[in-house]
Amino acid sequence: MIEVLQVGPQALVQDLGRPGLAAIGVGRSGAADRAALRLGNRLVANDDEGAAGVEILLGGFTARARRDLLVALTGAPAPATVDGRPVGHHAVLRLRRGQELRLGPPSSGLRTYLCVRGGIAVPPVLGSRSTDVLSGIGPEPLEKGAELPVGPEPAAYPLIDVAPVAPPPEGLVTLRAVRGPRAEHAVDPDALATVRWVASGRTDRVGMRLEGGTLEVAEGAGSLPSEGLTRGAIQLPPGGEPVVFLADHPVTGGYPVIAVLRDADVDRAAQVRPGQPVRIRL
Amino acid sequence: MRVLPYGDAALLLEPEGEIAEVVALADACREAGLPGVLDVVPAARTVLLVARSGSDLGRLRAALDALEVRPAEAGAPAGTVEIPVVYDGPDLDDVARLTGLDRDGIVAAHTGTPWRVAFGGFAPGFAYLSGGDPRLQVSRREEARTRVPAGSVGLAGEFSGVYPRASPGGWQLIGRTEAQLWDLDRDPPALLQPGAEVRFVEVS
Repeated sequence: MIEVLQVGPQALVQDLGRPGLAAIGVGRSGAADRAALRLGNRLVANDDEGAAGVEILLGGFTARARRDLLVALTGAPAPATVDGRPVGHHAVLRLRRGQELRLGPPSSGLRTYLCVRGGIAVPPVLGSRSTDVLSGIGPEPLEKGAELPVGPEPAAYPLIDVAPVAPPPEGLVTLRAVRGPRAEHAVDPDALATVRWVASGRTDRVGMRLEGGTLEVAEGAGSLPSEGLTRGAIQLPPGGEPVVFLADHPVTGGYPVIAVLRDADVDRAAQVRPGQPVRIRL
Repeated sequence: MRVLPYGDAALLLEPEGEIAEVVALADACREAGLPGVLDVVPAARTVLLVARSGSDLGRLRAALDALEVRPAEAGAPAGTVEIPVVYDGPDLDDVARLTGLDRDGIVAAHTGTPWRVAFGGFAPGFAYLSGGDPRLQVSRREEARTRVPAGSVGLAGEFSGVYPRASPGGWQLIGRTEAQLWDLDRDPPALLQPGAEVRFVEVS
């Protein structure tokens, strides 16, 4: 059991989501930075790379181990201490019963993952422990006092102590994309790659709006009958500022998808901070 | 059918035809067990296939070439759901003006023809219902409401639908129902499953 003592801007239980339910209006959701969650689970040797962990937005999180635990922190490098003693990221950490893990605000990136050997074992909803902030499905966002059960120990033991992984960058982030199904709905779709974009303050788990320029929408092409969306789809609303959809994107949308991020780059997009410069490479 | 690019983990299918062909194609995609496909996302004119990260889209395209789609009319509905409706919606007058039908005519048209669950989206448990009386095709409201009560029955374009919970919305509201469209304690939680037939029944 883990007892949550303090929560910063947001802390959510996340696994790899609930795929396959779009036809009843339920999106996949899941960790915003899937690679970070997977890495954390591998570090603590969970059988399931998609075991549930805690996704912590911008630090400010404190929790107490109610029994001896092995944990790992991945994603945004939030400075961490165990009972006041600094501990590292991307490393296997032992928490003794009663010890407190505290996370400060990360120097780059948005989301830190706390993965636990055994996984967070709150009851799944429709096959997943992820909180979907758009539809409201899944566990409640974590609050002070929340108690998180931990699942049974896997058979395997951690093989490595530390994974050498670069933290999310502080400056310009380059995201690779390919043209989408409705690229022709922009007068010049290639301009997506030439504008120096800045991530807007209106960025959350649903999507990231890009500012710093606008793309001209082709005449009469502003909206179309609703069609399916994916994580990484770049939609062009009538205002001309593109939106990059993230983990909790709507199932369908009515504005043209002019480009789609490479699947591997969507995780990095989920770590881009408001105000950070973004370049799209087509 | 056109196959449009959608990044490295999805393909967008655009069948010839309209919503009936979309429903038939989505059914065929689900039944075929296409390689690497995690989700089949039908919408108004397209079907999005969402594949597992790193799966081979070339193989998926090849499987699509061999896909057999039954004609739109041939598929039997996956069950029938009756939805009792009190027809006292705030937009009845506007719908009457747009359609040229009076209130009774709207009710007769809405209840007289079975609808079909075409696709989901918007909110858990919300189903876009197609195949109803074509005289009921109306545009959305010019201004969306900030709060539409749960159970509101609406029209927009070629579709009808029922709001599963209170939310903002721009559909023309013609009535309301007590039916629970979404209940996580029920299995399945969505009352309206893909492919189901829906009949609206007037109650007072």
